[in-house]
Formats: sequence, C-alpha cells, structure tokens
Amino acid sequence: MTIRKTLARLALTAAVGALTLPARAEESGWAQLNMPKGVTDISRKIYALHMEIFWICVAIGVVVFGAMIWSLISFRKSKGAIADTTMVHNTQVEVVWTVIPVIILIAMAVPAARTLVEIEDTSRTGLNIKVTGFQWGWEYEYLDEGVTYFSHLDRASDAARELGSGIDPTTVPFYLWNVDHPLVVPNGVKVRLLITGADVIHSWWVKDLGVKKDAIPGFVNEAWFKVDDGWTGLLRGNCAELCGRDHGFMPIVVDVRSKADFDTWLKNTAAARKQASAPTPPATPSATPAGAPAAAPAASAAASG
Amino acid sequence: MAEHQDHAAAHATEDHKPHGWRRWVYATNHKDIGTMYLIFACTMFFIGGGAAMLIRAELFKPGLQFFDPQFFNSLTTMHALIMIFGAIMPAWTGLANWMVPMQVGAPDMALPRLNNFSFWILPFAFTLLISSFFVPGGAPAGGWTMYPPLVLQTGASFPMLIFSVHLMGASSILGAINVVVTIMNMRAPGMTLLRMPLFVWTWLITAYLLIAVMPVLAGAVTMLLTDHFFGTTFFTAAGGGDPVMFQHIFWFFGHPEVYILILPAFGIVSEIIPTFSRKPLFGYETMVYAVASIAFLSFIVWAHHMFTVGMPLAAQLFFMLSTMLIAVPTGVKVFNWTATMWKGSLSFEPPMLFALAFLFLFTIGGFSGLMLAMVPADYQYQDTYFVVAHFHYVLVPGAIFGIMAGVYYWLPKWTGKMYDLKLATVHFWLSAIFVNVLFFPQHFLGLAGMPRRIPDYAVQFTDWNEVSSIGGFVFGAAQLMFPYIIIKCVRAGEPIGNRAWEGAHGLEWELPSPPPYHSWTTPPSDAVIARGAAH
Repeated sequence: MTIRKTLARLALTAAVGALTLPARAEESGWAQLNMPKGVTDISRKIYALHMEIFWICVAIGVVVFGAMIWSLISFRKSKGAIADTTMVHNTQVEVVWTVIPVIILIAMAVPAARTLVEIEDTSRTGLNIKVTGFQWGWEYEYLDEGVTYFSHLDRASDAARELGSGIDPTTVPFYLWNVDHPLVVPNGVKVRLLITGADVIHSWWVKDLGVKKDAIPGFVNEAWFKVDDGWTGLLRGNCAELCGRDHGFMPIVVDVRSKADFDTWLKNTAAARKQASAPTPPATPSATPAGAPAAAPAASAAASG
Repeated sequence: MAEHQDHAAAHATEDHKPHGWRRWVYATNHKDIGTMYLIFACTMFFIGGGAAMLIRAELFKPGLQFFDPQFFNSLTTMHALIMIFGAIMPAWTGLANWMVPMQVGAPDMALPRLNNFSFWILPFAFTLLISSFFVPGGAPAGGWTMYPPLVLQTGASFPMLIFSVHLMGASSILGAINVVVTIMNMRAPGMTLLRMPLFVWTWLITAYLLIAVMPVLAGAVTMLLTDHFFGTTFFTAAGGGDPVMFQHIFWFFGHPEVYILILPAFGIVSEIIPTFSRKPLFGYETMVYAVASIAFLSFIVWAHHMFTVGMPLAAQLFFMLSTMLIAVPTGVKVFNWTATMWKGSLSFEPPMLFALAFLFLFTIGGFSGLMLAMVPADYQYQDTYFVVAHFHYVLVPGAIFGIMAGVYYWLPKWTGKMYDLKLATVHFWLSAIFVNVLFFPQHFLGLAGMPRRIPDYAVQFTDWNEVSSIGGFVFGAAQLMFPYIIIKCVRAGEPIGNRAWEGAHGLEWELPSPPPYHSWTTPPSDAVIARGAAH
C-alpha cells in the first residue's frame, strides 16, 4: 500500500517535472539533446540525414533488442525452458539477415553520397575568406578586399577561465563562446573559406553552418556555406581538433548580416584599416556600426603583425 | 579420461617450478605468465581509470577547478595510452596465455621464453611512460593519436613517449607471434581448425592483425622521432613533408587496432552465451567467417577517422562505403548470438550477465558507428563528445565487459574455487547501469556541440556533464569490487569440480580445476575433443 502510494507520488512528480521542463529548457542544457538544424540548406540536409540514420538505427534496434529481450524472458531455465540443441544452423535465415542489412545500407548510402557531392562543390562563390588557425585563435582575411584581422576569446571569458579565477562562469555572457572580433559574413551569398593552419592542426567548426574543416599547416582546405537569405544574427562554434594547451579556448563567432549591412561594414573596415596604416594619425572613429571590429582589429593586427 | 587425469595429477607434483620471486621473474609457464599479464592489466586499468576520474572531476562544472589545461591534456592522452596498451591489450594476452593452450589441448605456449620476454617488457614500458608526468614539460599532451605537428611540441617526455610505444609494440608483436605459433603447431591431433573454440579463432585473427599493424605504428612514431631530433621533415610541410600522411599511417594501424581490442571479446561472448543458453553456438562457421571479414575490412576503412582533413570526394565515398560494409558481418554476429539464445534454457550467472550487457551495449556502439560512417553527418560528429560516447560504448561495455565476462567465466577453472556470485552480480548491475549514466549523455553533449579534449566548456553543457561525471564516479568506485571478488575467491572460495558451469563445453572444462601446472601433458583423445567441440 505504502509502496503504491510512493510510486504514485513519484509518477506525479515526474509528470509535473516533465510539464515544467520546457519552461526552463531555454536557459538549461537538459533540453539540448540533438544536433541543431542550422541556418543553411546544407546544414538542414545534414540534419535530415542524421535523423534518417538515427530512426533507421532505432527501427533495427527495436527488432534486434526485441528479439533479445523476448529470448531473455521466454527461454529462462528458471521457467522450465528446455534447450533445443538441434538449432545450430539455418542457411536460409542467415542469407536473409545478411542481405537485408546490405539493402538498408545502400538505402542509407545514396542520400549521404548525394549530400556529400553537394558539400564538395566549391564553385561559383561570391566571397572568399582565408581562415588561419593559430595557437590559439583565428585570423580572417577577406582576400579580395584586403581586410585582415584576428579573432580571440573575449576578455570576460578569458578572465573567468583562469584556474581559480573566482569568477562564476554562469555570470559571463556566452562563456567560452564569445570572441573579440567575429567573422562577419553576408547572408544569401555563397561564402568560400580557404582554411589553413599556422602552427599545428586546428579545425574550424560552426555547427549551424554544417561546416567542419581541418586547418592544416602547409595545406589549404576549402569549405563553403550560404546562410539563408534574410537570416541575421550570431553563430557560435569551436576549434574541433586538439591543438595544445588552449584548444578549449579558441571559439569561433560568425556575425551574419544582410548583404547591404555587410557591404557597409566591409567598406568602413577597409577604410579604417587604410587610415590606421597611413603615416598621418588616424581620425577619430565615427561611423563604424556598433560592436563591429573596424578600427580595433586593424590596430591589433598592426600591433601583433 | 580418468587415466589421463591421474597422469596429469602425477605430473602436477613434479612440475619443477622455481619458487619465490624466481617463479615470476624467470617464468616460462603459460599460467604464471597469464596471471602476471592479468594483474598488470588490472593495475593499469586502475591507473588509467584514476586519470579518467580526474578528467570527470574537472568536467563536473564549467570553469577550471583543479588543473591547468596542459595537465588536463596530459590526463586524456595518458588515459587513452594506458587503457589501450596497458589495460585492454595485456588483458587479452593474459587470457590467451591462460586459455589457448588449455583450449587446443597443449601443455603450454609454443615459445615460453619469448612469452617471458614479451611480458617483462611491459612493466618497463609503462614505468617509462608514466614517469613522464615528472619530467620538465609534463606528460605527453598531444592526444594518444600523436598527430604532428602538435606532438612535436611535447617537452622532455617526447622520447619517453616514442620509446614506450616502441616497447609496447614489440611486446604485442612477440605475444602475437607466440599465439599464432601455439595455435598452428600445438593443437592436439584431431583439434582441426574448424573445431577450435571461437576464443581461439578470434585470437588467431587478432594476432595476425597485431603482426600486420604494430610495425606500421613503430614506423610512424620513429619518423616522429627523427622529425623531432634529426632534422627530417616527414610530417612538416615546410620541408616537403605532409602532416596528413601521419594520420593516414597512424589510422592504418589504428583501425585494425580497434578490432584487436574487440575481436577477443567476440570470442569470449561466443563461448559464454552458448554455455548459459545450454545450446550450441548458432552458425559456428559463419561466426568464424564474419570475424575474418571484419578483420579484412578493418584494413580498408582507416580514413573514416579523418573525414575532415580534406580528402578527395572519391576517397571519402570509398571510405564511407567500406565502413558501412563492416555493419554486415557485425550484424551477422549479433544475430547469431541472439539466435543462440533463442529456444535455449537461459540462466543468468555473472559471466552471462556481462556477456548480455556486451550484446546490448556493443550494439548501441555499433549504431553510433554506423551514423559516424555517413560523411556529411560525420562532419558534425567528428571530434565531438558523440565520438567519445561511441568509442567508449564499444570499448567499455564492449572490450572491458568482455574481459570481465571472461574472468568471471574462467576464474573457477583457474582457482578451482567458486567466487561470490551475489557480489559479482552486484558488481555487474552497478557497472551496467552506471556505464550508461556515464556515457549515454555524452551523445547529447556531442550533438549539442561540445568538442572533445577540452578541459572547460560553455555553461549550457553543464547539466549532462554533471550526470556523466556522477555516472563515472559510481562506475569507477564499483570497479574496486572486481579485484576484491577475485582475491576473496582465491583465498576462501568454495571448491568446484572440473565443469564449473552446467552448460560449459570445451577442452578447458575437461581438465581438473585448478588445472595441472602443464595443462595437457598428453593430448586429449579424439572423443574428448569431439565432446568439447560440440559447438
């Protein structure tokens, strides 16, 4: 009786918990269970492929685990089951369970191959950006416009991440997922990245773009993305290849803007850069859009270069 | 039969073994060496496990609580090297030492002095490796995969890493040669290849994999050594070398290596499930061919570990398809094990429990492996916790549970005593439940975007990392029961007969428990072999 009461209370608590969970899911990590769909056509195709394979695995799992659990329940010695020792081989069954997986695999390989072919097509791009991974940050170079700047972990995260810093990471906005100067790109344009490494191998990964490509010293890898027309905002990612002590502290932030905003930003940044490198003292920064890495990156590039 | 046992018993008293420390240092007996291998593996399991506990402690909360990131990287690197080369591989060699001669009807391993040498290399190799924690620059921190150029930044521990890998490789090759020679030359008359137990079969194939790929690893790390000290540029682009080439060479070793870690577990499970189903293994020959096909395929899938390095489209397609193909023979194995239980008479002693957990959880690891084979999806999974979850599912409830199943299965044979079955069942349930608490949430973390090999993470990953850490701590603590159960059994177990388990078949169960010092001094008769080989 008491056990039943306890169970009922537990079930009630669980039900209430399940109902209230979505409310606080926004800020909590409990609800982060799956790959995001992302903001490009390719990232959604990858997501669809991932879900398709996932459900195929679930279906196979239901059949296989079902058969196992059925055996565990119905063929127990304690329930008086007697072994059928003649059942040692059955060519027909064995052929069937070899052929069926092959068919399933072919069904899975076709869409995967199709998406892969699309991902590998780096032709007809509208903007070329060279991405260089270094220990520990990223350098972005807009190849046709001559704009170059560095992107590091932002100061708030950098202070909080020190051993025994005393700063609670939950108080830092986008802890470890924020940079000083994000990569600025336009939406609706096919952006090609030329990715390389300066010292060791890094990997440029933004999951919402569906792009992960290794940055290898001495090699230039290609990747591309085209953010949906009309989508603006910030996307966050990380270095995905172990690259030494601060591998966990070189995030990537991509600032997606409309084509017009992007063009303005690029023009201003190029102008600011030209001024900064000119012998005359630079004019006071005025018309740079809020938060845009205009004069600052140029200055930092000049300082570290 | 009775005559034979008397004979063996008479021999047992005149085994001329040295006593005291000499018995172990000069050991040439397969059981003594097997025991040393297993004790060594267990020690390494707890050292590597200790590193894992520290890793999970640091990852319990965001922010750095305990370690410098460089030391954290050393922990992950050393955890992997110790677990792979120090725990799992020596455990398999130890089990092979104990069981192969008994299972094929031989008195001992074919090359006993080589056997001694291959074991005694290991303590030196791991003393060298583990002592690297105390040299300037700390232990290797470039990952167990040792990718250049990063690994070339290792401090004073770099040559220690390279030489210890050389030593481990030499030990594995010698052990593998011994297994091959024993199986090929020491089988009793009448023990044909297709009468051999599957543990012997899987080890034979594993041994060939070892002999094929360990020299490749040795070559790769030697090139690292000369790049570091002698000015060569095998893997440095500036000198005309190629850092990606190292990855190709490494994974040409590395992929067969993962089957080296898991194939003997297939063999053990193929012995345990029939025993506790009281029914012969379903499709014995198919099982042998499936293992052989898996071993063959393992040589042509290596680049699926490196889809993001920027390979040509055709290469990516080839490696995707060949990887998916592995699912076919692996599926056949899982179906055959299930069919073995079908219409059986099942009981659930600890070895069977571990074998069943293997069956379920290895299959989950297989599913995530299939997902990882899809190149576009792999671009998202690569180097995230999804991969960590995948390979821990195949290595912990796969290889480690396989080893524990084997120990719980044969321990009564080795000691002549039965262990505490209740305690072992508790050990099983704690392990089986908390291994899932530990590793299942890591799938979520990876999909949500948490990269692997990071000491600190964005705050939205906190919840599942806490769950994973709690699972890790309980799982780790539960493993302390394992040596306790074994020691308790050796000291005070109930004596047991030849056939410890009602449904057990195979030559080892025809010997007394514990078996005589020199296992089969006269070959078993054909009738005995036939009875044992009732697959």
